[in-house]
Amino acid sequence: MSPPNRPPQTLAQKLIARACGQAQVAVGDIVSCQVDLAMFHDSSGPRRLKPMLEDLGAQIWNKDRVVLVMDHYVPEQDDDSRRIVRIARDWAAEQRLPHVYDSIGICHVVLPQKGHIRPGMFCVGGDSHSPTGGAFGAYMFGIGSTEMLGVMVTGELWVRVPQTIRMWWDGRLPAGVTAKDMVLHMIGRFGMNGGDYQAVEFCGPAVQALSMQERMTLSNMSAEMGAQTGLIAPDTTTRDWLLLAGVPDEAIDLDAWYTDEGVDETRARTFRFDAAALAPQVAAPHSPANTRPVGDFGDVAVQVAYIGACTGAKLDDLRAAAQVLRGHRVAPGLRLMVAPASLQDQQAAQDEGVLGALLDAGAELLPTACGACSGYGGTIPDGANVIATTARNFKGRMGSATAQVYLASPYTVAASALSGRIADPREVLA
Amino acid sequence: MSAGATHKVWRFGADIDTDQLAPGAYMKLAIEGIAPHCLEAVRPEFAASVKPGDVIAAGPSFGIGSSREQAAGALVNLGVRAVIAPSFSGLFFRNAFNLGLLLLTCPDAEQLSDGERIALDLQQLQVRTADGRVLACEPIPGFLLDMVQAGGLVNQLRQRLQAAARPA
Repeated sequence: MSPPNRPPQTLAQKLIARACGQAQVAVGDIVSCQVDLAMFHDSSGPRRLKPMLEDLGAQIWNKDRVVLVMDHYVPEQDDDSRRIVRIARDWAAEQRLPHVYDSIGICHVVLPQKGHIRPGMFCVGGDSHSPTGGAFGAYMFGIGSTEMLGVMVTGELWVRVPQTIRMWWDGRLPAGVTAKDMVLHMIGRFGMNGGDYQAVEFCGPAVQALSMQERMTLSNMSAEMGAQTGLIAPDTTTRDWLLLAGVPDEAIDLDAWYTDEGVDETRARTFRFDAAALAPQVAAPHSPANTRPVGDFGDVAVQVAYIGACTGAKLDDLRAAAQVLRGHRVAPGLRLMVAPASLQDQQAAQDEGVLGALLDAGAELLPTACGACSGYGGTIPDGANVIATTARNFKGRMGSATAQVYLASPYTVAASALSGRIADPREVLA
Repeated sequence: MSAGATHKVWRFGADIDTDQLAPGAYMKLAIEGIAPHCLEAVRPEFAASVKPGDVIAAGPSFGIGSSREQAAGALVNLGVRAVIAPSFSGLFFRNAFNLGLLLLTCPDAEQLSDGERIALDLQQLQVRTADGRVLACEPIPGFLLDMVQAGGLVNQLRQRLQAAARPA
């Protein structure tokens, strides 16, 4: 498929070459790319961009390429959040932004559900979990608000063409083991900055077998690996999902976006994993890299179980939790909170009976927003042991400096909610 | 004594994350409200005691975590001149230069001690200590050094817009 004389290219190289208008790019080149899509939310976006744009007297380069999602400070709980969200709403109206999603879910889940992310695109987001878009074969990464201002004014962004770290997963995941366990395992192995701001590419039969939302979980947490982006070559799973999201078939290009065979190891180092041998993983406080198999944890009591976030409360995550919790009640005194990642996922979970199973087990339903994951909506009690489907367990992250937060899959969080201690979901599912 | 060793070192460990630099609980506030809480979880006296021109020397993976640029902005607000570490989060690295904060990637950063005085040589990309040690830093692309010297991306954008608006 490659043109003659072109050396084999990585997926990351191909995506960047397209975005900077060159036939090919070399690893290490610094190039200026045209941005296909820029996403920001109520926290990173209008309250910071509006005053800076006004100060510069500048206009948005292309409003059709901008998406605003209100997810961090909604529902508003105090005067500061009301002020921040009001700035976002007023500015969206004043600027007549065509793509605004207010209080319907978390940006990284809403964006693809509304059909904005397609294979081949070069996208930025004003949020560190923006690599989620890489699950669709788009080069997407997070940037800060000042850099987003630069994108708003110029439509361009510099990038250094990264090396690729290929995470090749053979085999197939056992029952009760998920993409979250895969990615926690990789973060544990490579560390919080092991991605070295290069591109990670998830590949191999176990990745191809994952659903679209499970793939999103992998790409989402490439942020915790310190990668710039977390790519997955698009395939028919991607196409089917995007068609359901309303993307026209002719806008879904699968053919060009893969890493060529024979790409050399200096540009694309490959690490191999066996999905069939993977146990559920748990990251202990206070780092996602502090990961060990669930069986290593012994008797750790938990008082709070949290199923939430872009990482861990999509429909597939809710389904996994319900599979464990259906027909049971959570342990006495344990608080189980569920904050679905989007209204669409919540509605689907309700229609399928998944939400009912969670509520019958004793779950409290929280708004479809970032909520406690980012400590913006503080509901985590001081001193509690928390097990969560979220992406980060930094000290104080969820709002309490004395809470001990463990990260795990929705299966493991649900199983732990049942027993009141960190538990292996395979024992419940068996 | 090395000439111009004027920057006092504040020494931190590895994996200083953005939630420590700009805690989530204060993210509703403007940068002036966040900065007093910068790094309070690891060193409560830091924000109140750091002086303009001081530098941070830290272990690897400084700035990991969120995209919130207030993590770099809080250091700028407190007058921190530079952060010196063996490695940085890539996202924090971009944010810092965009806000005019100099980051020096220095494999030997952990040899610097809390409270010692150093000089920064941006021509040679070296850190020089008061007792004469010289620590080499990795190269920085010229356009990023220009950005720091311009005081950050906003100033550069302003210059660009003003140049475009000027009659030819």
